[in-house]
Amino acid sequence: MSAFLTYLISGLAIGCTFALVGSGFVAIHRVTRVVNFAQGTFAVVAGMMAGSMLGHGLPHGLAEVIAVVLAGACGLAAGVIAIGKPGTPTLSSLVITLGIAIGAYAVEIVVWGDQPVSYQMARGSVDIAGAHIQTQYFVVIGATIAIFIALSLFFSRSYVGKALTACASNPYAARLAGINPIRMGLIAFTVGGVLGGLAGVLITPLQPVTFDADVALAVNGFAAAIFGGLNKPSAALVGGLVLGVTEALVAGYYNASYQTEVALGLMLAIMIWQARKRLSVVEEVH
Amino acid sequence: MLRVEDLVVRYGNATALDGVSLTVNAGEMVALVGPNGAGKSTLVNTLSGVLSPVSGSVQLEGTLAQVPEGRQLFADMSVADNLQLGAWRSRRRSGARDPRRVYAVLPDLERMAGQLAGTLSGGQQQMVAVGRALMADPDILAIDELSLGLAPIIVSDLVEHLRMLNAERGMAVLLIEQNARLAFDLCERAYVLEAGRITSAGTCVELARSPEVARAYLGVSGEAVTVIAAGATDAGSPVGMAGGGSA
Repeated sequence: MSAFLTYLISGLAIGCTFALVGSGFVAIHRVTRVVNFAQGTFAVVAGMMAGSMLGHGLPHGLAEVIAVVLAGACGLAAGVIAIGKPGTPTLSSLVITLGIAIGAYAVEIVVWGDQPVSYQMARGSVDIAGAHIQTQYFVVIGATIAIFIALSLFFSRSYVGKALTACASNPYAARLAGINPIRMGLIAFTVGGVLGGLAGVLITPLQPVTFDADVALAVNGFAAAIFGGLNKPSAALVGGLVLGVTEALVAGYYNASYQTEVALGLMLAIMIWQARKRLSVVEEVH
Repeated sequence: MLRVEDLVVRYGNATALDGVSLTVNAGEMVALVGPNGAGKSTLVNTLSGVLSPVSGSVQLEGTLAQVPEGRQLFADMSVADNLQLGAWRSRRRSGARDPRRVYAVLPDLERMAGQLAGTLSGGQQQMVAVGRALMADPDILAIDELSLGLAPIIVSDLVEHLRMLNAERGMAVLLIEQNARLAFDLCERAYVLEAGRITSAGTCVELARSPEVARAYLGVSGEAVTVIAAGATDAGSPVGMAGGGSA
């Protein structure tokens, strides 16, 4: 029982970071229709930046904020390159983001080296039902809850957030209202960068991050995001948590080598089941 | 207010508008009628800046807001949000985003404020689309297919609202319609657009008397034309529409 609880909590925490990466995919895709392959890069950049800032003696909080701001700036820069030119086809933008992700490896190695980076955020552990659970996990879960609440308020209450939602809902009508799709796309890329950065500063204390950790993060984040058709941040949260917990349970009870494969297989099964349910509704209508 | 001169718009090699000129004066209601594919929506999208002309000019004093064909609401957002986003261009002006400005004119919208736009009936959606355009405080409202897919009684209600907006605020209206009866009844002047060219223009009374226009757009011939024209001069009586007043 105590082992199960440990796996569950650690899985939820890792799942939270997948959900954050996934919601970054969603934030960008719903406005621009671009699947941003550089989404994992934002997390790696933020994780490494926070690590080196802390190494230089900056206090916690400040280091993470600087790292997340940097990730947001990287998001904006990626957006300018990928969608800044009016009329860039979506597929071209997608390939550009892939190029950015690969190009970023070189920069990361030059700036931070090729060794894994990690740091401690919260010390100690909490005892629940006989299980030692690192405080770190609760910090990640709490922060993610707060971020998702803020994100949903941003999209539903703020005027810019509503404009982003409007671009996702009906791009033509948004243009008629004077909402500039490229400017909104750049805001979306910045939000995506910030969300990726938040994932990075939260995951680095849990798993050391290397320059090429973006692939695993992006694969898991993307799987979480397509759970809601790449359009719903809340679905990305559910998807991320399912993935994280499954991976932790597979690693804990069976073999860590298969954790990602098993979790992605489960996601696939869930999505096929969902699609069948949707299909049967369509059949009933016709 | 709006002066369009010799406008040419192409989609690739296909010419959608081939030298279109028209004017709308301040406070005037002008109809643009024509068959499907004549270029009516192309024209209004060019006025809105969504399409760019190959040549010709659009001179606009003041602001133009478009009520697009098929309403084009933000379906998964509330009516109030739809209205607020209509004020995007003037968002920094204080009070510009307050949907109560539009509730004063279209009170029905206040009742629906919290509903998702996509769940409304066609007529309600058209009213939201008009309300969203009004949020931009337009000097000229370009309405693309007001009556499409709506019951006559709902159309006449919307028409009454337009008359009121025109009379009280002096807002000019450019009404793009397939239903020429409705357009001629509401407007003073009209243009007929066919295959990307203006083929007739004049007052609605004159156009309704012209045999070609009557045959093509009013579905009548011979003596009946005069009856329609006489009806059109009788201000306020909705010709060829079921019921008047509000629904």
